[in-house]
Amino acid sequence: MATPAPPRWDRKMQQRLARGEEAALGELYDRYASLVHNLAHRVLDDDEAADLITREVFGYIWENPDDYDPKRGSLRSWIAALTQSQAVHRLRQYESRGHSTPSQVEARVREANTAARADFIVTSMPAPLRDALELAYRERLDYRDAAAGLGVSADESRRRLRLGLQLLSTAMDPAGSREIRPLERGDAADPFEARGQGRRGRP
Amino acid sequence: MSGPAYRNGGPLGDGDGFPRVPSQRDQSGSPRPLPAPDAPAVTPPAAPVPVPEATRPRLPQYDHATLKSLLGAWALAVCSRDESLAVEVHLTDCAACADEALRLRDAVGLLHREESLDLDPLLRARVLEGCLGRRPARIPVPEWAGPYDAEAARLDALLRDLGDGYWQEQVELRWYDGALVARKVTIGQVIAHLTTVDGLVAVALDMPDAEGRPGLDLPLDPVRRTEAMWAAQRTGDGKDEGSGSGLGSGSGSAIGAGFRDVWRGQSHNLLRTVSFAGAGAAGIGVDYGSFRLPLRDAFVDRAFECWIHAWDIAEAVAYPYGPPAPRNLNRMIDLAARMLPAALADRRRDGLADSAGRLADAGAPGRSLLLEIEGAGGGKWYLPLDSPGAVASKEHAVAHVVLDGVEFCQLAAGHLEPERIAFGQQGDRDVIRDVLYATASLSRL
Repeated sequence: MATPAPPRWDRKMQQRLARGEEAALGELYDRYASLVHNLAHRVLDDDEAADLITREVFGYIWENPDDYDPKRGSLRSWIAALTQSQAVHRLRQYESRGHSTPSQVEARVREANTAARADFIVTSMPAPLRDALELAYRERLDYRDAAAGLGVSADESRRRLRLGLQLLSTAMDPAGSREIRPLERGDAADPFEARGQGRRGRP
Repeated sequence: MSGPAYRNGGPLGDGDGFPRVPSQRDQSGSPRPLPAPDAPAVTPPAAPVPVPEATRPRLPQYDHATLKSLLGAWALAVCSRDESLAVEVHLTDCAACADEALRLRDAVGLLHREESLDLDPLLRARVLEGCLGRRPARIPVPEWAGPYDAEAARLDALLRDLGDGYWQEQVELRWYDGALVARKVTIGQVIAHLTTVDGLVAVALDMPDAEGRPGLDLPLDPVRRTEAMWAAQRTGDGKDEGSGSGLGSGSGSAIGAGFRDVWRGQSHNLLRTVSFAGAGAAGIGVDYGSFRLPLRDAFVDRAFECWIHAWDIAEAVAYPYGPPAPRNLNRMIDLAARMLPAALADRRRDGLADSAGRLADAGAPGRSLLLEIEGAGGGKWYLPLDSPGAVASKEHAVAHVVLDGVEFCQLAAGHLEPERIAFGQQGDRDVIRDVLYATASLSRL
């Protein structure tokens, strides 16, 4: 999945989208479509539904590029949050029409939100921690080999793995988790905004 | 930096503040997704049979701080067997570490492998169209650059799917030069070829050189230009191995990703530049050395090359790769059809044609051929046969040939021999034969 672009790229992209540059929209799609589609697929487990979310999310960004606030994080994390909120919104819609009980729906929503928080934490944690986890988890490197790969001591390698997992484990805390809201025009300034503290508070 | 505070009692804990931690080596029934399915299996040794304290293998002594620092590596199962055992023994004595150990191991379950589900390539057009329906672009991509935008995005997605292990894979490039000719190059070289010929359009638009090699003065002719680039790459390989970004050097996978970035960066820049240049830019001449194309046609030509070479790459690595969207395919067929009269005249001049030419004044009606292309993106084109400047018409048609759209493109790309193509015909057979050969002669490296 796409890693965050440099902040300068994010700001420039936002300006170009605001200016109405079709070429910028294409570039945005090329960079983030697989992220959006994968996240939506993870929540909804359905290709067509993920296609629909992809259309909705890019449509929303194209219509509201100014809703992105570079001070609050990367464009990537904003897009991931938009996707998550919209996918969860749709999940609730679909499931309420289906056979699932409300508690089953809520369990899936919680699971999806935890996964999204974990994704957010991994992509926004300091790069040295992320790199250490990558080597250990994806490359299956022993922490000593990972240390050699990272050019640090074995102690430091252990420290990074532990700290990285500690950060990641906060995704499982329902307290401190932030409510994600569905996409509505002009209402997605910060989909991660804490519940009840939104500028436009919701019931 | 200190870690976050923990609540007592992990998911497996039962509130007594002393969670039971299953051994890292006995993972049956564990929710942990490790080891990753395509990672080399880290075969865990058989679960240790409980052994009396006295006969346990002597473990090296670790102090509490060390054991604690090992918890992350333990949770990820990337420490040594001794360390792992020492941690597990410690967890039976230390509630704080046991609690953290459970938490970290659950956190490992939140890591997930990158899924690379192939996106439907047609989704891009649908998503972008949906966006533009909601808010029209103020700076649109010119319609004639649309096929290039779409084909570059498709090739980019293919390269992304392939990943960096494929840059040295051999691809057979084929074209027609009196007979089918072929040449084996690497995927990296194919991308360098696309980049350097796309560079002709960049030159016409006064854009800076994508390759960032001011010292390299490349010829305009696409074939010689590509050969010069490949030669520069080879010497670059020898001189500054591993140091290169850009197209000039190196052969490793990181450098392969560099090929892709340079090509993609340039293609995005071309689209951006031409969007700002607006409709007036359509007629700017792009110099290919021995011929010129107006910008609007050069973009279609580059889209065609991008598709054909993407197809070559896909074939080499046994990936499926479909034809362009009908609208884009139609523009490519249209360009080839419009280039055919001049190609036919060239063949006549070189004495390669069977049918005799007749004098026809530019703008005057002349003998014509009806080229009918079937399938999505097809259509009908009347081609003047006597002179590229003559006016073709139904009334003066002397031959009618019917071809499948994708096969016509394969013929124009030199991927199918004129003798082997299936077609329907009516009328002057010599003329039809000449037109098929002229189509093949449009191809180049």
